[in-house]
Amino acid sequence: MDITVNILLTIATAATPLLIAAIGELVVERSGVLNLGVEGMMIMGAVGGFGAGYLTGSPWIGLLAAIIVGALFSLLFAVMTLSLATNQVATGLSLTLLGLGLSGMIGTSFVGQPGVRLPNLDIPGVSSIPVVGKLIFGQDPVFYISIALTAAVMWFLFRTRTGLTLRSIGDSHTSAHALGIKVIRYRYLAVIFGGACAGLAGGHLSLVYTPQWVENMSAGRGWIALALVVFASWRPWRVLAGAYIFGAVWIGQLHAQAFGIPVPSQFLSSLPYLATIVVLVLISRNKRLTMMNTPASLGQPFVPDR
Amino acid sequence: MGGTVSANHDRSNLLEVRGLTKIFGTLTACDHIDLNIARGEIHALLGENGAGKSTLVKMLFGSLEPNSGEIFWDGKAVKITSPGVAKKLGIGMVFQHFSLFEALTAAENIALSLNDGSPISTIAAKARALSFSYGLPLDPDSLVGDLSVGERQRIEIIRCLLQTPQLIILDEPTSVLTPQEADKLFETLERLRAEGKSILYISHRLEEVKRICDSATVLRHGKVVGHCNPRQETAASLARMMVGSEVKAVERAPAEGIETAPALLEIRGLTRKPATPFAIPLKNINLTVRAGEVIGIAGVAGNGQGEFFESVSGEVPQQDAGSVRIRGKDAGALSITGRRLMGAAFVPEERLGHGAAPRMKLSENLLLSRHATDGKSFVGSGGMVKNSAVYNAAQRIITAMDVRKSAPDPEAAALSGGNLQKFIVGRELDRKPSVMIVNQPTWGVDAGAAARIRQALIELARSGSAVLVISQDLDELFELSDAIAVMHNGELSAPLPIAEATFEKIGLLMGGAEPGHAEHSLEMA
Repeated sequence: MDITVNILLTIATAATPLLIAAIGELVVERSGVLNLGVEGMMIMGAVGGFGAGYLTGSPWIGLLAAIIVGALFSLLFAVMTLSLATNQVATGLSLTLLGLGLSGMIGTSFVGQPGVRLPNLDIPGVSSIPVVGKLIFGQDPVFYISIALTAAVMWFLFRTRTGLTLRSIGDSHTSAHALGIKVIRYRYLAVIFGGACAGLAGGHLSLVYTPQWVENMSAGRGWIALALVVFASWRPWRVLAGAYIFGAVWIGQLHAQAFGIPVPSQFLSSLPYLATIVVLVLISRNKRLTMMNTPASLGQPFVPDR
Repeated sequence: MGGTVSANHDRSNLLEVRGLTKIFGTLTACDHIDLNIARGEIHALLGENGAGKSTLVKMLFGSLEPNSGEIFWDGKAVKITSPGVAKKLGIGMVFQHFSLFEALTAAENIALSLNDGSPISTIAAKARALSFSYGLPLDPDSLVGDLSVGERQRIEIIRCLLQTPQLIILDEPTSVLTPQEADKLFETLERLRAEGKSILYISHRLEEVKRICDSATVLRHGKVVGHCNPRQETAASLARMMVGSEVKAVERAPAEGIETAPALLEIRGLTRKPATPFAIPLKNINLTVRAGEVIGIAGVAGNGQGEFFESVSGEVPQQDAGSVRIRGKDAGALSITGRRLMGAAFVPEERLGHGAAPRMKLSENLLLSRHATDGKSFVGSGGMVKNSAVYNAAQRIITAMDVRKSAPDPEAAALSGGNLQKFIVGRELDRKPSVMIVNQPTWGVDAGAAARIRQALIELARSGSAVLVISQDLDELFELSDAIAVMHNGELSAPLPIAEATFEKIGLLMGGAEPGHAEHSLEMA
């Protein structure tokens, strides 16, 4: 029983940063902007979060710093692509490269230092209930944030007028502009939100997952988050499903490798990617729904004519 | 408004525009425009493509900023800095290129332009009620992507009316409508006028302007060339004001010896299953176009014309290679490039994104469609593009078709619709194709440009090519065809020689009556 609970807990821990980063990117892409810099913003969040936590001794200040660093770093992308209308793909890729390099440089003095870890939720009497207590009331705070964030984004996108406006900009920025919607302002806010989420996801890595700083510790999670958004056809609950499938198969294959199952380890390592893609492709077979949810102006620079 | 003293800004005019000017680079799109719109009138804004009509209304709606000039609303000077400001004043707009979001429902589209916080369901109910009261039935829950252009326009109009505007701007509203849909629109406009609202009606269709407009302002090359009462003018006199010279009527010399001329385009038993849930299947289509003749295909939009064009042009190749034959050889299995190499040329319906790549220069668009057929002159050794040859060819087409533009080699998207269409048709004509297939040759194109395109198509046919024209505009088909066939629900009637064709006969076939379908119905039985 304990083993099952522990496995479930590790799955949640593995899925949480993917979910947060992907939900942030989903909002960005719904506004019609493709930010390929998720990996870079995540690693900057990780180093910023670790640094602030290490220097102040408070993991909470670390988490806050991770969010702020991610948001500030995305602001760079926003200025380039939205105000200066640069190519979004190229700018996003450079943001990732810059983030990886810059974080390595900032983090040199942090390597090998003991970090601080965000404590798990502990409600006396409740968190100690077997199974349920640990799973529902005993996880790290970021886990709860990730679930609340997903629900909030779903509600925002599909239940609020502002969310509708954001989706309309993603569908056609020229139509939105013709109606007098402030396309650029909405996109700035979306990109910064995405950056804050990626930063938070990075903070989770260096303050919860493995509370230390290792260069390149995001290890491609930003890219997985990006892929999740596309394969989930830009729908929040599917991102959640995708993140957890990925996390589950990831943990599963680690255990399988540890047990020495006679399957090439390379195949096992690729399983999470394969499984996630297969499942998400299967659930997005409905062409019409996919068409409705794909932001048609994704990646196109917008220059209002005045 | 006879007898009003021209005290500077009398309140009998809802909108007054004084000296409004907009400059793009070296092009003065609007040059000191003056315009008065009275309360409760339908005011026409006439002009050729590129005359500055769209630029002017974009300034009135706040989507463009004027370089100079003044706007008076209700006698007060106003600055319309954004569409939001225009809406607050009471100006509503129905766009030429619809500003709708395809992935959203009708109700969501309407909600986006209303700045109140009322829930979607309330807006949907209001829209439904309003649409029925104006006789423009609308299902607020339908997805815009699934709707026909006529239905989309209804959404735009309802959206505009829900803002209870005093002035409604309609930019070329009938260019996408069938005659019946247009009649419905005119009824709505007359009702709005009776309610005391003002309408600024942009069009180049002179007959409808004469029919519904109370006054008119005519633009040419960005300048006002006259104000008039269209009811006292003739279509010819209005056209003269717009174009600045007599519009040449299209001349069609009688085609001779067609019966014995070689068949250059043959379509034999063309059948196609629907590719998407919304597509129309093609049912056993037969048609022969001979050297020297123009065949027109009429039909209400969405009866399979798009699918037919795709199959004949090779955008979608057929299983049966013999179903499309060009110059006596099977072409059904070939791609569009293969068919071009056999001497065919194609002009699709959508100019932007289909006929031309919007963000590429005209010369680049020329190379894209003719790199294979003109490989020798455009592409040098080692596959290098001869830029100067392509550029010169583009300039040759621009001169031949009188394409008006703001730069020597602008992006396709920078041209007005009519001018881009002239370029696209000119690009294909320049090759002197032996088979030319055109879908909606003058959609949204003004009288002068349309006459030029039609004349060019007739001349191409008379010089020995086969020309097939698909159009929703019956006047156009009667002007240029030697015979007219009608497409209805994926079936094509036998072509009716122009001497026997009347509007009534063609109209009946468009509605699905059977006379011309005799052959098919026998086969199908």
